[in-house]
Amino acid sequence: MTNRERRNLRNGLLFISPWIAGFAVFTAYPLGASLYYSLCDYSVLKPPVFVGGANYQELVTDPVFWKSLYNTLYFAVCFLPLATVLAITLALLLNTGVRGMTMYRTIFFLPSLTPLVALGILWMWMLNGEYGVVNYVLNLVLNPLGLQAPIWLQSTAWSKPAIVLMSLWGVGYAVVIYLAGLQDIPKQLYEAAELDGARWLAKLRHITLPLLSPAIFFNVVMGLIGALQVFALPYVLTDGTGGPARSTLFYTMLLYNSAFRYLRMGYACAMAWLLFLIILALTLLVYRVSRKRVHYAG
Amino acid sequence: MEDYQDRPGIRWPCGILPVRRVTSSWFVAACLVLVSVSALSGCNVIIPQPQDDYVDGRLQITYWEKWTGFEGEAIQRVVDRFNEKQDRIRVNLVTMSQIDRKALVAIAGGDPPDLVGLWSAGLSQFAEKRALMPLEPFMEKTGMPRDTFLDVFLEQNTYRGTLYGLPTTPATTALHYNKRLFREAGLDPERPPRTLAELDAMAAKLTRYDEQGHLVQVGFTPSEPGWWHWSWGYWFGGALWDGERVTFDTPENLAAWEWIQSYPEKYGAAELRRFQSGIAGQFASPQNAFFTERVAMIVQGVWMASFIDTYAPGLEWGAAPFPSAVPGLDNVAMVECDSICIPVGARHPDEAFEFIRYLCSQEGLELLNLGHKKFTPLKAVSPEFLASHPNPYIELFIELAKSPNAFYAPLMSTWFEYNDEITPAFDQVMFGQASPREAVTQVQDRVSGMWERARSSIERREQAEQEAAP
Repeated sequence: MTNRERRNLRNGLLFISPWIAGFAVFTAYPLGASLYYSLCDYSVLKPPVFVGGANYQELVTDPVFWKSLYNTLYFAVCFLPLATVLAITLALLLNTGVRGMTMYRTIFFLPSLTPLVALGILWMWMLNGEYGVVNYVLNLVLNPLGLQAPIWLQSTAWSKPAIVLMSLWGVGYAVVIYLAGLQDIPKQLYEAAELDGARWLAKLRHITLPLLSPAIFFNVVMGLIGALQVFALPYVLTDGTGGPARSTLFYTMLLYNSAFRYLRMGYACAMAWLLFLIILALTLLVYRVSRKRVHYAG
Repeated sequence: MEDYQDRPGIRWPCGILPVRRVTSSWFVAACLVLVSVSALSGCNVIIPQPQDDYVDGRLQITYWEKWTGFEGEAIQRVVDRFNEKQDRIRVNLVTMSQIDRKALVAIAGGDPPDLVGLWSAGLSQFAEKRALMPLEPFMEKTGMPRDTFLDVFLEQNTYRGTLYGLPTTPATTALHYNKRLFREAGLDPERPPRTLAELDAMAAKLTRYDEQGHLVQVGFTPSEPGWWHWSWGYWFGGALWDGERVTFDTPENLAAWEWIQSYPEKYGAAELRRFQSGIAGQFASPQNAFFTERVAMIVQGVWMASFIDTYAPGLEWGAAPFPSAVPGLDNVAMVECDSICIPVGARHPDEAFEFIRYLCSQEGLELLNLGHKKFTPLKAVSPEFLASHPNPYIELFIELAKSPNAFYAPLMSTWFEYNDEITPAFDQVMFGQASPREAVTQVQDRVSGMWERARSSIERREQAEQEAAP
């Protein structure tokens, strides 16, 4: 290393030192501490006592832990494909160049700006089993067939689908990313395809989706991480209980309750590290599966 | 665009920063300062110790309380009156949401308020972790008597023999019933049920269906308002905890859960659930099922009268002790209270206790609880308090607090975990997904395991503390 390189390195490090310090104090240290606490009996109010793998051992033998993991995976498996299809569909519709398009785009993005608590309370009313507007409309169709609309949040079978439905309201962010991706696709590809006689579906399949694949990949990975950490909406809707009968007790809710309601911070840290490993494994899986299917232009 | 990349040294493209003129030593020093500031602030080195705060020559102490609205105004009046009388201390009242969690973090961080208002149900948890100061030494030092308080409220603030809080706003629960619906069903509105069997029979008369067979009005359901699923066993002579052991699977509790199950069986589990889905989550609103006369009888607390005044002023209602299933077991009622405590690490505990002494005097508590529309946790009640109280049944609620059969949530440090096992079990029984015996056994097994774990955790911690001590 020449003198100048060394000086540049030093200056470079100094330039980013505020970030390094912030990262060390607010991210790296808490991360390391949580790993240590996950091996401790730690109640926040008293010093931690080392207990080895006891927290992890208790976790894997606790049916409530598995229930919360099942609920979370159920949510992710339902939410992710639906959100992806819905967001791409909306983006395609919003990319057609109809008059007043900017207004439509704003309208579809607006729900993403609604605070989650307000969203939760609003949907609680809309999904009210007897007086909700959703069931009013559904019953117009279902009652003549001799069927009843579900009671959504009060039913163990329908509470998770209800939360999927509410969460779909927030696809606006993904739509914006897809829109940007769509506008990046070169026009000449469509023109060439049209000259060859390609119809709408063929263009979608052979041009739009392949060239949109980096955006889809990004949204799927981010969506997966978000879905596995679903918290605010079910927490507000059920007052933290995950009811009825733990059907909406999601992983992060159990984690939060363990830490701040039961004062079992060590146990909660162990849960957090397991969730980290689960998310890491699933993200790597998505990477591997999509390697041959994501096409980067240029 | 200017080609800056090939030139030696650091250059800014648009001349925003005159980087070339900053000598490197100057720059290094600035960066070092930045780094040390960010690093040290994390280690609590350069943060100055908080200074005592004096206002008009009076020491200011901080009091965190959870109440808002009319309840917040009531405690503010008490604080104002205390501050008027004082030339030494000034209390600064801070309203705090999620107060237990914020107090937890503040106590763990070593910078708690001087006073904090907690709930009696969460007090054991804090006490077990020794996050609150024992109050007896302060009482002895200042000559404050214990026997002015009703016993039940001191018991709730005691954990393993030590008093950690004093009661501020107490509450008891009672049966609230709709007199108009009683008349309509051919029942005497001045004669509420006296046994649980009578309540069940009256509930049947007060239940109505529409032409399609859907419930439109229910006499009673144990799922409304759904706040105390854990409590039903006490009306059957049961208890959740004997001080040593979890006692959820006793015959008394099982009988209570069989009674709970009789309601989904009578109404139909699916139909009751559908009815419930229409009324869920609407307590503080005109849509509350008791206010809209869709539920004729419910268990509610002393606060209910004021909600009726606000949301259903025309409602004809009455209150009575909720009847028990066992002959001779009278005036069974759930009792709870809010508590005022001094956190460990508070900087002015003596001054804080001075305020507690005023707040817990008859003057302070009557002022506070008249505002809260509750009663006081004291044995003595002034005639003016009763005369000006807005709740027509206030004497009933006081009577219930004095009852030997009044009960409260077990004083266990793992009570929240216990309660969070009961709630899903209750749902399962109401849904017809578990029999009462299955539900009761499941809760007993899980909570016993939890309690064993908690007990060994306490022992382990005590052992570690002994080893750490020289």
